[in-house]
Amino acid sequence: MPATVALSVTRYRPEQESEPTVQTYEVPFRKDWVVLDALNYVKDRLDGSLSYRWSCRMGVCGSCGMKVNGTPKLTCAAFLSDYLPGPVRVEPLDYFPIVRDLVVDLTDFMQKLAKVKPWIIREDEKPLAEGEYLQTPDQLDAYKQFSMCINCLLCYSACPIYGLEPTFVGPAAIALAQRYNMDSRDQGARERLEILSGKDGIWECTFVGECTKVCPKHVDPAGAIQQYKLSGAVHWVKSLLLPRGGR
Amino acid sequence: MRPITPFLWLLFSAGGTVAALLFPVHLFLTGLAFPLGWLEEPRYDALQGLLAHPVTRLYLFGLISLPLFHWAHRFRYTLYDGLQLKHLTELIAALCYGTALLGTAAAAYLLWSVP
Amino acid sequence: MSAGPDYTLYHPRWYRRRVSVWWWLQNRAYTGFVLRELTSVFVAFFALVSLWQVRALVQGPDAYAAFLARLGTPLFLVLHGVAFLFVLFHAVTWFNLAPKALVVRLRGKRVPDRVIVGTNYAAWLLLSAAVAVILLRG
Repeated sequence: MPATVALSVTRYRPEQESEPTVQTYEVPFRKDWVVLDALNYVKDRLDGSLSYRWSCRMGVCGSCGMKVNGTPKLTCAAFLSDYLPGPVRVEPLDYFPIVRDLVVDLTDFMQKLAKVKPWIIREDEKPLAEGEYLQTPDQLDAYKQFSMCINCLLCYSACPIYGLEPTFVGPAAIALAQRYNMDSRDQGARERLEILSGKDGIWECTFVGECTKVCPKHVDPAGAIQQYKLSGAVHWVKSLLLPRGGR
Repeated sequence: MRPITPFLWLLFSAGGTVAALLFPVHLFLTGLAFPLGWLEEPRYDALQGLLAHPVTRLYLFGLISLPLFHWAHRFRYTLYDGLQLKHLTELIAALCYGTALLGTAAAAYLLWSVP
Repeated sequence: MSAGPDYTLYHPRWYRRRVSVWWWLQNRAYTGFVLRELTSVFVAFFALVSLWQVRALVQGPDAYAAFLARLGTPLFLVLHGVAFLFVLFHAVTWFNLAPKALVVRLRGKRVPDRVIVGTNYAAWLLLSAAVAVILLRG
């Protein structure tokens, strides 16, 4: 086991440079350290000017997403020992504009998330006197996987379609739409389908599958999108055969 | 007309399934085993006999038409994304689906207009 | 406090990286994806060969013999050899990805992926055997 490992980090300081550069730091190697620990070491002891996002350091907040050796990862879940002998290349997530160093702007995703209406939509509100909504374990199972999304955006950074077509709604937003479509309490599937079957919606996806590969919470957005395509196609056929048909 | 993309995706899926399930055996026999003499190829009159059945004609129609639409849909997206030919998107779509339609029409003509 | 679209668009000092036209060569997964997509070209190729075969069949025994002769030429043997590999690649990737789209729920529980994949491979074997029997008997 080496005593130190090199961290090659992207720097971008718009006030002093017009393009990103790379700066290398020598950090101590500890068996139990993750890349986030190394970044924190840099910030605390070597270079306080390094900017990056992090919060929970345990894989539930989704703040610390970056590219480690070319692969989108949560830096709090990327063990230094997996990248020996180094250098460990740390870059900001792809396909988002870089604000500074390792910080990218996520506004695009935030707008797209709002667009898919990620909340329970009811046509008829259940009166309070009728009590709570009841859900069986099987009903929960139908959407639970998609509810695990922590909005870390690793999937967007892995999706080449999002890179080539920035207006594409993207994996996480569609998976979250499906989370509500599949929820037995929700009645908004048709509304969301209207939004997502148009341009830049589910039909832009060509099932590359990288989004599912990089997802740290095993949400399987690629699966969500393909299921959505099938249900969208079935809905299309039904609406063709029964123009005034029921729900 | 509501967006036709879901329908095109259904054609793509059907064509992909036909190609996946049936093309390997057909291609192996017709393109390799028979010409190379590994297996004895069917005689002309036997094939003619098979073709007489309407089921065979339907089968062949599906075997030709659906995979062409599978190619059209997939290739269109490959050109659009892979080669970033966004400015030609309408032309690409027309060429791809147009070719598939032509192939379908030709198959239909051969299988049903010619006895 | 919500950021309108103009806020993102005109922020001049954010660095926007261009996606290279060679994006698909940047890692194995992307390259594998593009190869998978290109299988469709060979699928179209064989569909057209089949169309050609039907035409030859309909035109008569001489035309059909000429068609068979053409298939025996080195050019077509090589084309078919390559096409066969791509069509196999298509079939394998197609069956392996099928359970992602086809979620079947029996009595509330989701049918495991490997059952869907297995069913696809079984159907593949059965249908291939059936086609082979029909073509080899005559």
